[in-house]
Amino acid sequence: MRIEIPEFCLVALVGATSCGKSSFAAKHFKPTEVLSSDFFRGLVSDDENNQECSSAAFDALYYVAKKRLDAMKLTVIDATHLQENARKQVLNMAREQNCHSVAIVFNIPESILRQRNAARPERQLPEHVIRRHCNDLRRCIRGLKKEGFRFVYVLNGVDEVDSAEIVRTKMWNDKREEHGPFDIIGDVHGCCDELTELLAKLGYAPNETGLWKHPEGRKAVFLGDLCDRGPRNTDTLKLVMAMVEGGTALCVPGNHDVKLVKLLLGKKVQRTHGLEKTEEELLAESEEFREKVKTFLDGLVSHYMLDGGKLAVAHAGIKEHYQGRGSMRIRDFCLYGETTGETDEYGLPVRLDWTSEYRGRALVAYGHIPHVEPEILNNTYGIDTGCVFGGKLTALRYPERVLVSVPAKAVYYEPARPLIPEAVETNDDLSLRDVHGRMHVQTRLMPVIDIREAQTAAALEVMSRFAADPHWLIYLPPTMSPCETAEKEDYLEYPDEAFAYYRKNGIATVVCEKKHMGSRCVIVLCRNRETAKQRFGVADGTRGILYTRTGRHFFLDESMEGIVLDRLDRVLTASNFWTDFKTDWVCLDTELMPWSEKAQTLLQRQYAPVGIAGRSGLHQVVAALESACGRNALHFQVDAATSGQNVDLSAVLDDFKYREDCLGRYTDAYRAYCWNVDSPDDLRIAPFHLLAVEGQVFTDRAHVWHMETIRKYMTGIDPVFMATEYRVVDVNDPASVQAGTDWWLALTGSGGEGMVVKPETYTALRDGELLQPAVKCRGREYLRIIYSPEYTKPEHLQRLKKRSLSRKRQLALREFALGVEGLERFVAKDSLYRVHQCAFGVLAFESEPVDPRL
Amino acid sequence: MLLTITYREKPATDLGYLLHKHPARPQVFEQSFGKVYVFYPKAEPEECTAAMLLDVNPIDLARGKVGSGFGGLFDYINDRPYAASSFLSTALARVYGSAMSGSCKDRPELAAKPLPLEVHLTNLPCRSETDKLKQIFEPLGYAVSYVEHGLDERFPNWGMSDYVDLTLKGTVRLADLLNHLYVLIPVFDRQKHYWMGEDEVDKLLTHGGDWLKTHPEMRWITRRYFNRKKSYVGSALRQLVSEEEAETGITEEPEADTLVADTGDLDVPPASEQTAEAVAEPIPEKKARRKPLNDQRLDAVVQAVRDCGAASVADLGCGEGQLLRRLLPEMQITRLVGMDVSTVALARAESRLKLERKAELIRNKLTLFQGALTYRDQRLESFDCACVVEVVEHMDPDRLPAFARTVFLHAAPKTVILTTPNRSYNKNYEALTEGKLRHPDHRFEWSKEEFTAWAEAICRDYGYNVRLSWIGETDADGQQPTQMGVFTKCG
Repeated sequence: MRIEIPEFCLVALVGATSCGKSSFAAKHFKPTEVLSSDFFRGLVSDDENNQECSSAAFDALYYVAKKRLDAMKLTVIDATHLQENARKQVLNMAREQNCHSVAIVFNIPESILRQRNAARPERQLPEHVIRRHCNDLRRCIRGLKKEGFRFVYVLNGVDEVDSAEIVRTKMWNDKREEHGPFDIIGDVHGCCDELTELLAKLGYAPNETGLWKHPEGRKAVFLGDLCDRGPRNTDTLKLVMAMVEGGTALCVPGNHDVKLVKLLLGKKVQRTHGLEKTEEELLAESEEFREKVKTFLDGLVSHYMLDGGKLAVAHAGIKEHYQGRGSMRIRDFCLYGETTGETDEYGLPVRLDWTSEYRGRALVAYGHIPHVEPEILNNTYGIDTGCVFGGKLTALRYPERVLVSVPAKAVYYEPARPLIPEAVETNDDLSLRDVHGRMHVQTRLMPVIDIREAQTAAALEVMSRFAADPHWLIYLPPTMSPCETAEKEDYLEYPDEAFAYYRKNGIATVVCEKKHMGSRCVIVLCRNRETAKQRFGVADGTRGILYTRTGRHFFLDESMEGIVLDRLDRVLTASNFWTDFKTDWVCLDTELMPWSEKAQTLLQRQYAPVGIAGRSGLHQVVAALESACGRNALHFQVDAATSGQNVDLSAVLDDFKYREDCLGRYTDAYRAYCWNVDSPDDLRIAPFHLLAVEGQVFTDRAHVWHMETIRKYMTGIDPVFMATEYRVVDVNDPASVQAGTDWWLALTGSGGEGMVVKPETYTALRDGELLQPAVKCRGREYLRIIYSPEYTKPEHLQRLKKRSLSRKRQLALREFALGVEGLERFVAKDSLYRVHQCAFGVLAFESEPVDPRL
Repeated sequence: MLLTITYREKPATDLGYLLHKHPARPQVFEQSFGKVYVFYPKAEPEECTAAMLLDVNPIDLARGKVGSGFGGLFDYINDRPYAASSFLSTALARVYGSAMSGSCKDRPELAAKPLPLEVHLTNLPCRSETDKLKQIFEPLGYAVSYVEHGLDERFPNWGMSDYVDLTLKGTVRLADLLNHLYVLIPVFDRQKHYWMGEDEVDKLLTHGGDWLKTHPEMRWITRRYFNRKKSYVGSALRQLVSEEEAETGITEEPEADTLVADTGDLDVPPASEQTAEAVAEPIPEKKARRKPLNDQRLDAVVQAVRDCGAASVADLGCGEGQLLRRLLPEMQITRLVGMDVSTVALARAESRLKLERKAELIRNKLTLFQGALTYRDQRLESFDCACVVEVVEHMDPDRLPAFARTVFLHAAPKTVILTTPNRSYNKNYEALTEGKLRHPDHRFEWSKEEFTAWAEAICRDYGYNVRLSWIGETDADGQQPTQMGVFTKCG
């Protein structure tokens, strides 16, 4: 016997004890596919025959079954299933999981069962039990189909059991092997003129038999609702049926198509919503044609999974966990969508919005609900643009994700309610699920980035309490590791180690950029508010943002932000940036100075107090020590000392003089990064990465390109925007290295923070592994404000040199990969939540306790 | 970091006998936190100055090697090596211990009598409390003078630093002088470098027992010495004065200066709302017992929950669980959720509610979880009532639309009870100067008109009706400190 079952289904084996279920299951299914009640009895009680633990055993069994079915794994339940209750449990599970249920029945003569039972050494059941089993089985066989099993196979006798063959068939909706490319077409509703015009616009043409074909073999996909309301319903049907038959199109049914089938089957239906028009047209056709239409429409499958599962099509859309499954519930969803049961002011059902919560990886194309413009959200495309109501007929080209429309030639039908206009508010709300618990983010640069629950929990707090509107946060900058600790005495960091890192990793050319001592600032600027709304989904009237490395507004004062953005816009307009780059927005990575602008609190609470207390205190100490050393009375013989408490005061004086000098240098160091900002003119902004514009992420460009492009387009017009000095160093050429080192010494000798050394290219790999995208090398004086004013004292420096960079470097890499990924996703018009996950991940890693001085 | 004591009675070098430190012998004393030097910048018969110099190792500090158990307390950029602090008190007790106890076998008569002494102390952190210097030291018989320092002479607009160089002149016993300093330096500095234990009370009584009792600022000194740690303050006061008086000392309203203290570190999560508002609470004219605003507010919320008949309630932004504690016993409620964005607050709520000790019936109805009100959350989508008590003002105004969608569109409970401060009442808080808000983390506070407008917009956009009410005492202008909106879903 040939037993055909869907690839994905829940199979119940039905039969008395000893009927051979388990050996049958072992023969035809993978061991992991079979969940046997005996096995679970053993798991929960150590005894496979213990009937008393059945309830616990089945609990455990169904728990596992659910996990398997959640993962769309075929599952076989090996139990007797002779009681209706037991079968009901199977059916409920199948229904809940939207999978087909299969019953395979083992109808074995009682005499054989008795023989087998007698031969079982470990467990012999009383004869009356076997008899009862057989009676139960006989009674249930007929009703199985009625009970709800989708497929029922009865194996009569041992021979049939032995000769049975199981064939797994593909799900009807499974067309994953079809890779397109596709042109998915929204609700036609008998608008055949517009349909042919659209097909022509897409490049299709009728061949000699009248079949519409695309020269490159593209396939059309119709999203249902072919008929009703429009002027040419039978023409539409003929065209689509021919294309489907001819293999140039696929079609899923719409609610109107299903209603038409009912009509054709002679069932009672209300001839409303345009059905009367279709019926009238069909009555003019031949009986044979009507029969053909009936067969065609009746055979349509509720949804298709295409292109390896990356594309799903259904008339009213389909949720992620319905995709690829089959049940009446799913069919209804695909045809009608979900409604609340209420009706709106036009008497139409209120729909439940599934798209705002959609997080699936498959693009879903759907129609059904007429909108003025295609509705794009979270990888779903609603492309019913109400052609029959005088809107337009729209196609989505896949995989290009390009929308092509033709306008309706007339208002063929007055809508019951106006077409849904474009939303004022974006409804791409982030969901806690997107960022909750352990996160895995796949990136282009590192395969999977794993973010632990404690990290996401910390990030949630920072993100929700302090960060700006996530629509703006398409990029958070990564942390940056310093170079290895200097071998050179007297220095904690020195260029040698920075150059050595890239040299040993096979990078010959590096770019040394002056490290401005300000605050990291990411700038997103749109040319106008319309772009902010359309492209970023920010509709509060702002056109951009300056934000810190943790996603906070840089300026608490909105007017300051607005002024800086306006000035940047003027610069970019004057330099023709917008036109040269064909973009309406830009994202820049910059350093904003002075440091005191952002760090004022830190300066006033920590840096300046330490400076003044240290300078004034040490000054008085030195005076007191000098006075003590200078007075004649100081003739206590140190060598004649009686205890170890005697001290050479002149050595103490020298020490404190050195320290007083340190405090002076420390104060000079922080002062170099402070000036008062009375107006925006006092700000300095040094962009150093041109991160992205519409359609392009510039992480494929060399750093010299970034430096020069920024110099060309952003500097020299408004003094606020300044270029960054840089040097290119060949790390294998000692002269070049020396020149780079001298440059660094000059920079840091005149109060500069130091430099950032980057590989020539934005991303650099060694054997496929990402290298540090940059290492910083900070000046000796600057480090006083990091490692304490007196850190240069040899005994301190010696201790400070023992530091570990590995943790910092791991974080730098992962944050870099996430940062680039966020930009790539945004530029590819990925959903907000997918972009947000990247920024969120960076923030999560920033919650890691890493030595803050690195 | 530098303490000098000058004596000008002939022979002034007797100061060496009193301090048990030879004027011709500079000494060093190794301490856990670094070194203490004692030397004499001047040692003439007419004038003798003894200097105590603290050399606190900044790297040890930062690495948490000193200051027991507080690895993160001291940063690398740290004023501790340069400020007069509890390190100095410790050094006094260790290095001048004999002088402090008043013993001097060579000059016992000098040790026993008041002498004209001058003390100079560098960098005493006293914030803006220079008035207090006189109030504290003058009753002890000192003439007080001090020099203040600007934060940075290059940036006069940054204002003054916390530090003063303090000079005290008076005729006092040397031992008393040292004890005064021992107790009062940390009273001004307030950052004790060690973990305070029960023996801290003994230390105060040993060094301040006799003179502190009669000091007019005894309570202030005691509270500050223990950094307002109530149990120690109480214990010390009980031993200093009668039991009854002590109690009033403990429950006294904290002073306005704590507001400054609470704003201290922006990186530290803000103190709970209660503390902040208790601080800002106007001090009543009379000692009449008034229900604290926080209690009035929570009572009003609980009543609103009862009135709406909710069986399932979510406290959004539950903090440490003050409202949850009141809602738990309500029999009407069968399901209760406390959500907060801070895992620290949630952990505290869990321990404060003592759930593990409660009956299963009570325990099982409450769930605590982390969540954020700017993210749509399915876990919140089936509640009768949501309470959002003193939460919205902690959100940036541009995040309010996301908050509104999460609560009113997606969670959409039948009832939303929301409270927020009324800015128009702030003038009644003395500590709040013009334009200041009640809590450093408040991003805004609404006037009645602003709150009303926002509430009406919510009703229009999301299909709710709102009933507004005001909580707390009404001031002369008809303003109350807290405003509450009870939103009810239409239909």
